[in-house]
Amino acid sequence: MNPLDIHPPLVEQLLVQFLREELASAGFSRAVLGISGGVDSALVAALCARALGPENVLGVMMPYRTSNPDSEGHARLLASALGIATRKVEITGMADGYLAAHKVEDRMRRGNVMARCRMIVLYDLSVEWKGLVVGTSNKTEILLGYSTQWGDSASALNPIGDLYKHQIYQLSRHMGVPAPILDKAPSADLFEGQTDEGELGFSYADADRLLHHMVDLRMSESELVEAGFSVDFVRRIAARIAATQFKRVMPLIAKLSQRTVNQDFRYLRDWGR
Amino acid sequence: MDCRLTVAQTNPALGNVGRNLEEHVAQVEAARRSGSQVIVFPELSLTGYFLKDQTAEVALSIESRELARLAELSRDISIAVGFVERSDDGRIYNSVAFLEDGAVLHVHRKVHLVTYGMFDEMREFAAGHSFATFRSRHGRFGLLVCEDAWHVSSGYQHFLAGADALLVTSCSPGRGVDGGARELASERTWRTLLEAYGLLFQTWVVYSNRVGWEDGVFFWGGSRVIDPFGAESARLEGLEPGRLDVRITSDALRRARVATPLRRDSRPDLLARALGRLGEGRNA
Repeated sequence: MNPLDIHPPLVEQLLVQFLREELASAGFSRAVLGISGGVDSALVAALCARALGPENVLGVMMPYRTSNPDSEGHARLLASALGIATRKVEITGMADGYLAAHKVEDRMRRGNVMARCRMIVLYDLSVEWKGLVVGTSNKTEILLGYSTQWGDSASALNPIGDLYKHQIYQLSRHMGVPAPILDKAPSADLFEGQTDEGELGFSYADADRLLHHMVDLRMSESELVEAGFSVDFVRRIAARIAATQFKRVMPLIAKLSQRTVNQDFRYLRDWGR
Repeated sequence: MDCRLTVAQTNPALGNVGRNLEEHVAQVEAARRSGSQVIVFPELSLTGYFLKDQTAEVALSIESRELARLAELSRDISIAVGFVERSDDGRIYNSVAFLEDGAVLHVHRKVHLVTYGMFDEMREFAAGHSFATFRSRHGRFGLLVCEDAWHVSSGYQHFLAGADALLVTSCSPGRGVDGGARELASERTWRTLLEAYGLLFQTWVVYSNRVGWEDGVFFWGGSRVIDPFGAESARLEGLEPGRLDVRITSDALRRARVATPLRRDSRPDLLARALGRLGEGRNA
């Protein structure tokens, strides 16, 4: 057995309750999310459908002109399996309105712009749909910082942000996510032929195992090496986590007054609900 | 110690004392109507848990009208309620009040404030200084608030003082879903702890834990009663609000203590000497 294994019915029950209760705390009962055709958003869509009823979930497909057509196909397959509402919003016009006009060629910059265009669409549709934007980042990518700040990482609440990729697959199988989505290689689909594991330079299985030992079990570098991880891999991942910490926190505020937001003005978001 | 007791597994609204008070009143009246003689609410049941800067804003004095209103209901049913206490000298405590016969019979201020990992209680609260049992019309109780129970010295003091039931109130966040386990790691550890208390201290152990979510953190409920042999007597399943009605009997206490007379054979004098040597800086 993989030590990362979860008991899917227990986690399903918890995450369904999380979605219902935290949405209700904010005064909502509906959800909107981007469905990319990948496993993370498929799982979140399935959880939302279970928690809120499929009629209260809007899955938004947001292809760019270079997106792999399979992505939309898989997103539609998922939406019809779940019975959720869908909307297709091409982001080519809005993205190219900036990218082409300002001749942005760099692949990372282009990917970030696309991710942020999608965020704009989701937050706008959340008003029309009267629902909150539900996030689809998993724990592995959050820790690795493998996301666009204020882009795909932006959401009001995220049910899967404490699940490693291995656990995402386990829960997705349990929730009945269609096989073609489970079987394909994970990809942000920001440029042709992109795969997460190709871009990161290591496998999710290795990353999950190391992150679990490093973060959850709090093992030191020497203990990790003792446990069989290469020192290069350990250092590379540790450096990556530290370097991307800015993506996991709110912006810094220069403290000047006696009471500063997030320093000594501290309330939960559920305050006053 | 013979009584019908209700554990109220509630989901308090964060910082909303008014709404929570109404919920308490409804729960107390329902329990009283069903013939219950004692009702036990979770830790901080009047306020919710992750209060941060709200802590001082929702603090109540022992003489507050909120506690007076509950005390008024305690003529027919005794009530253990969790609240943020503001003392006369302005300190703020994580407290449980035991209300009986229209008055506050006893207050326990949480001693072991939890300040590590996801917890920050020492920032918000002053620590209590003692564990004292008290005699209710139903028998001798000892109160413990959550982390208090993780220090075996807390339960041992109540044991020495002759507690017949320990009321353990809690806001225990659920965590630990890996290893393929069907139950949360937090539930597993609490089950072990509570059953050990019943077994070693030969008392009834009443565990009242809350449910619900606060900013992405959930409380796992699982309220239960352990008998003086350390066996589970009753438990609430699931993560939803609920009420657990149980009967606490002196028969079970007598039988457990005859079978294995742990209190008779305990040697607190040895412990006192060892602690005395520790206090003098010598090796115990």
